[in-house]
Amino acid sequence: MPDKREKHVLITGFGGQGIVMAGDILGKAATLFDSKHATMAQNYGPEARGGACSSQVIISGEEILFPCVEEPDILVCMSQEAYTRNVKSLKPEGTLIWDTDLVHTKKADMQYKTFHIPATRFAEELGGKMMANIVMLGFVSAVEPLVHTDALKKAVLDSVPPATKDQNLRAYTKGREYGLSIIKGTIKQEQAKHQE
Amino acid sequence: MLAKEVKTGIHFINGDEACCEGAIAAGCRFFAGYPITPATEVAEAMSRRLPEIGGIYIQMEDEIASMAAILGASWGGVKSMTSTSGPGFSLMMENIGLGVCTETPCVVCNVQRAGPSTGLPTAVAQGDMMQARWGSHGHYEIIALAPSSPQEMFDFTIRAFNLSEYFRIPVLLMADEVVGHMNERVVIPREEEIEIINRRKPTVPREDYLPYEADPDGIAPMATCGEGYRVHVTGLTHDERGYPVMDAKTQEKMVSRLVGKIRNNRDKIISTKNLYLDDADVVVVSYGITARSAMQAVSNARKEGIKAGMVKLETVWPFPEELIRSLAPQTNAMIMAEINGGQMVLELERAACGACPVSLVSNFGGSILHPNLIANAISKMAKGKT
Repeated sequence: MPDKREKHVLITGFGGQGIVMAGDILGKAATLFDSKHATMAQNYGPEARGGACSSQVIISGEEILFPCVEEPDILVCMSQEAYTRNVKSLKPEGTLIWDTDLVHTKKADMQYKTFHIPATRFAEELGGKMMANIVMLGFVSAVEPLVHTDALKKAVLDSVPPATKDQNLRAYTKGREYGLSIIKGTIKQEQAKHQE
Repeated sequence: MLAKEVKTGIHFINGDEACCEGAIAAGCRFFAGYPITPATEVAEAMSRRLPEIGGIYIQMEDEIASMAAILGASWGGVKSMTSTSGPGFSLMMENIGLGVCTETPCVVCNVQRAGPSTGLPTAVAQGDMMQARWGSHGHYEIIALAPSSPQEMFDFTIRAFNLSEYFRIPVLLMADEVVGHMNERVVIPREEEIEIINRRKPTVPREDYLPYEADPDGIAPMATCGEGYRVHVTGLTHDERGYPVMDAKTQEKMVSRLVGKIRNNRDKIISTKNLYLDDADVVVVSYGITARSAMQAVSNARKEGIKAGMVKLETVWPFPEELIRSLAPQTNAMIMAEINGGQMVLELERAACGACPVSLVSNFGGSILHPNLIANAISKMAKGKT
């Protein structure tokens, strides 16, 4: 069960990957379906797509005043640039999560708790890389349970266009099951790609 | 069947969307605007919501026209609003003055971003506070509110409409990029729990109606176009009939009433949230998103045994000078926290009137103030006097 302590999550990538939507869904899950407090603040540049983008989610049992995430407990990286820019901010005991195909990590980062998933590849296999954010959320729900699973699933279904609910549910389930298998050790995580 | 007008329930939405829902709950049925980051989501939400409930959304050619359109709609008898950010707010200035002079109820939401000029389109600031007060030409009074959360975006938008309808004046909702773009819990009450104030209507026979003849409290009942009453609307100095009269006597009479209806009703307008003021040695004054950092700093200071207190400005204009004047002599120091080079701090200094030192914690925009910055200022000021 997730604890009552304030959790700071930073989801990063580039515009168009659904980074802000992922943060929105996580915050919604906490607020509407798990009786917690949450804030989701966003950062992006003037470009419509392609620029660096992040969403900062704080989940807490109490009211949140300062809504910025400075030292995340959990950092999710969906692009190399996002990883390079943000990895230094992660708390020493924090969890680093990334898209296997999109991010080459440094070997030194293995001091953190690390998990990675080819979220974009899985999403493509399921019908569209637009759902990479949902695959990633399913994965996060398994490896770092921030909110009740049902809450996150409800929030996904509440947020995606009605015609895509089934597809997104498959994406969410794919990410979650992959995460659970890694936790249980029934499958081995793919080899992470490291920078030289 | 029309969609729900009041979306009663618990939501996780951003401040811009909450502003839209507040406006609709207050009875707004006309929006004219031009999209601009970080206020675009207000317009976007309005463009979706208004047609569902029989309202009108118009995307205008620019912000000058947007402001003109909402004044016209208000005279057509509909509650109206626009939303914008820095550059658009500058363009609206002339017609905000027209709204003040013609006593036209309407709401302008400014989701502030960093300037001057186009500045940082996607980043926070609170640099338009003095522009809100004095940006249009001539001498006038204005009402402005500063929400600190999506919930307050909802609540204060309703209050902005109520104040604008009651006092017949454009009311400014001075939000900021973080409040506008941040998602948080927003509780929308049931329709019957929401207090709605509508403009005063004439009660005299049509032939006796003078559109600018005020009741004893300085507020004139408003007949709108098409109701059968004679109305004449001009930005020129006008008499009770609404006709231009070009002399100093009429100017004096008209402007003193425009100014007086706000100044003499300050107690009905001004709203602050006060924390730990009873024994406070250091008082932090703040508003908008910065008030959240300030609140965190004050609560941290209390934990360290420093007697810090706070005044959160819910209305920024008119400024609560009576409150500050009474607090200053019993306080060791006051701090203004805001995201600009020092704007509301000038009011704080003026109202404190030398009775205690006043300092400023600020930056020029781009990021919100960290609670530690304010906490450091609190402990410095606390040590300075003890």
